[in-house]
Amino acid sequence: MATQQTTTAGRLLVAPSVILLFLWMIVPLVMTIYFSTLHFILTDPDSRSFIGLQNYIDFLSDPDFLGALRNTLVLVGSVLVISVVGGTLVALLMDQQIYGQSIVRLMVIAPFFVMPTVSALIWKNMLMNPVSGLFAWLAQSVGLTPIDWFTNAPMLSVILIVSWQWLPFASLIMLTALQSLDEEQKEAAALDGVGAIPFFFYIVLPHIARAMTVVILIETIFLLSVFAEIYVTTNGGPSTTNIPFLVYELAQHSYDVGGASAGGIVAVVLANIVAFFLVRVVGKNLEN
Amino acid sequence: MGSIELVKVRKDFGGFAVINGVDLKVEDGEFTVFVGPSGCGKSTLLRLIAGLEDISSGQVLIDGKDVSRVGPSQRGLSMVFQSYALYPHMSVRNNIAFALKMAKQPKDVIEQKVKKAAGILNLTDYLERKPRQLSGGQRQRVAIGRAIVREPKAFLFDEPLSNLDAALRVQMRLEIGDLHQSLKTTMIYVTHDQVEAMTMADKIVVLNKGEVAQIGSPLELYNRPQNLFVARFIGSPTMNIATGPSAAKRGATTIGIRPEHVDVSATAGEWPAKVRLAEHLGSDTYVHVEVDDIGPMTVRLGGEAPNQPGQRIFVTPQEPRIHRFDQQGLRVGG
Ligand SMILES: Nc1ncnc2c1ncn2[C@@H]1O[C@H](COP(=O)(O)OP(=O)(O)OP(=O)(O)O)[C@@H](O)[C@H]1O
Ligand SMILES: [Mg+2]
Repeated sequence: MATQQTTTAGRLLVAPSVILLFLWMIVPLVMTIYFSTLHFILTDPDSRSFIGLQNYIDFLSDPDFLGALRNTLVLVGSVLVISVVGGTLVALLMDQQIYGQSIVRLMVIAPFFVMPTVSALIWKNMLMNPVSGLFAWLAQSVGLTPIDWFTNAPMLSVILIVSWQWLPFASLIMLTALQSLDEEQKEAAALDGVGAIPFFFYIVLPHIARAMTVVILIETIFLLSVFAEIYVTTNGGPSTTNIPFLVYELAQHSYDVGGASAGGIVAVVLANIVAFFLVRVVGKNLEN
Repeated sequence: MGSIELVKVRKDFGGFAVINGVDLKVEDGEFTVFVGPSGCGKSTLLRLIAGLEDISSGQVLIDGKDVSRVGPSQRGLSMVFQSYALYPHMSVRNNIAFALKMAKQPKDVIEQKVKKAAGILNLTDYLERKPRQLSGGQRQRVAIGRAIVREPKAFLFDEPLSNLDAALRVQMRLEIGDLHQSLKTTMIYVTHDQVEAMTMADKIVVLNKGEVAQIGSPLELYNRPQNLFVARFIGSPTMNIATGPSAAKRGATTIGIRPEHVDVSATAGEWPAKVRLAEHLGSDTYVHVEVDDIGPMTVRLGGEAPNQPGQRIFVTPQEPRIHRFDQQGLRVGG
């Protein structure tokens, strides 16, 4: 945009889409904020009234809130660790010259294309089912008692399912990063007598650090709002209800639109806090 | 100590011989240059010596010991890559020190060696910088520093100057020459630039399609090329080639004469010719002529020659300077 005129013309031309996008984003947000200040229960619509911050106070002091917050963080943190560490290892394996490399790659990436609901159903009914599941069969065939996953280790089960879905994404990004490592650098390291482990920590890891931060950032955004996997498998409960699920329960079971809106806004604020710190860390990482 | 010997070394890539039975001996302390056109296998040969590629058959000997099955880090050689291959997230100091750290040398020894190398290479002020904060020439020096501190038996360079501009190339050429003078370590240097080869080498190995075309000192190659390939490859501007009666009369299939060994006359001479273009370089003039019945030739004249395009002249080769080649392109006589 060189001249004043082209700048003005350019602004005019992008204005419609910018305005549309802005409305698209802001209208639901403003409506949610508005609802969050109302006493608004669907079963009792006549009692609708302005109550200020009461919904927030109720939501934050809800005995389930802290549990949900903890579950959210545990879920996000565990899946991040598993998918980033696991993804790096898988990528290291896929980077080797193996027979049928392209098919292996396609298979590794496949879980990413399965809908969360579907994958949760598969895990629930075909793998983790204590009677007819594959894991139960495996355990029995070596003489162990099958674990009832969703009763005894509900959070672990959800973490496993979600990690399974995100591992391919992490692997793929890491693989791309690995493959961009300069061939001559590997050879220089070979001549310098760098063993496999120092090679990974001194040369590979710094090289893929950027990709890793991008994976962490993107995954965090999605993991904060995991819902289907919980809904399908444990359907909540104290050890798996995260904040999105808590908001859902408020709206769906208590018909409390005001409370659910307040919860939604709290979730948005929470995501922003996390994103703020992440963006700073990532930005720092991307600088050098 | 660092003598390197190749015995019938062969390298196949997918059934195709890229290096086809190379025999070669590099003496301790010698500056050897591998030169040849693009794709002739120079880099491959160097990488075979370094151990970065496995040889298909034959032997590589370092100081008389067969190292054909020894890994690259155990061969005691350092390599400087065309792209420098510096570790981008390490400071210059750590880049230089890395191999020593990996070899678990004591801290003070490392410190001292890095300091010494940095001193030799004028890098002392840049030790804390990252590679991307350096100029091309400085990066090149870091790459050399990384090679020096390992105190290798021999240095291997793969076209180390090709990413630098012309002026810097001349300067780095001198610096590498000085380095060889002071370290007296064996160096093998790959280039496709025959000027680099002529100016730096004790010994030049001319490669053609994976085979050695000739091995010799720069002047041997210039004065007595053993075949047409070397005759054409060494020397700038390239040697003039003539076939037909003028070759037959001298008992050869092909004769060659360097541009600087041709005399020009306006009145009489062996080959009548027409001037196409005169390139004035100041110190020299390259006169490109079209010789009747033979074809284009270049004549190098000292100072400023007055020849104009279109002018008809006579060119005559200086008889003792003529190179004669037989039907197979091999040198005939002395
Ligand atoms: N890994 C490989 N697989 C298959 N062919 C290869 C491989 N490396 C090199 N070649 C082939 O070997 C031949 C020699 O390659 P090399 O890199 O040694 O040439 P070079 O003399 O160094 O050329 P340049 O001056 O362009 O660097 C080329 O024809 C190249 O295509
Ligand atoms: Mg090469």
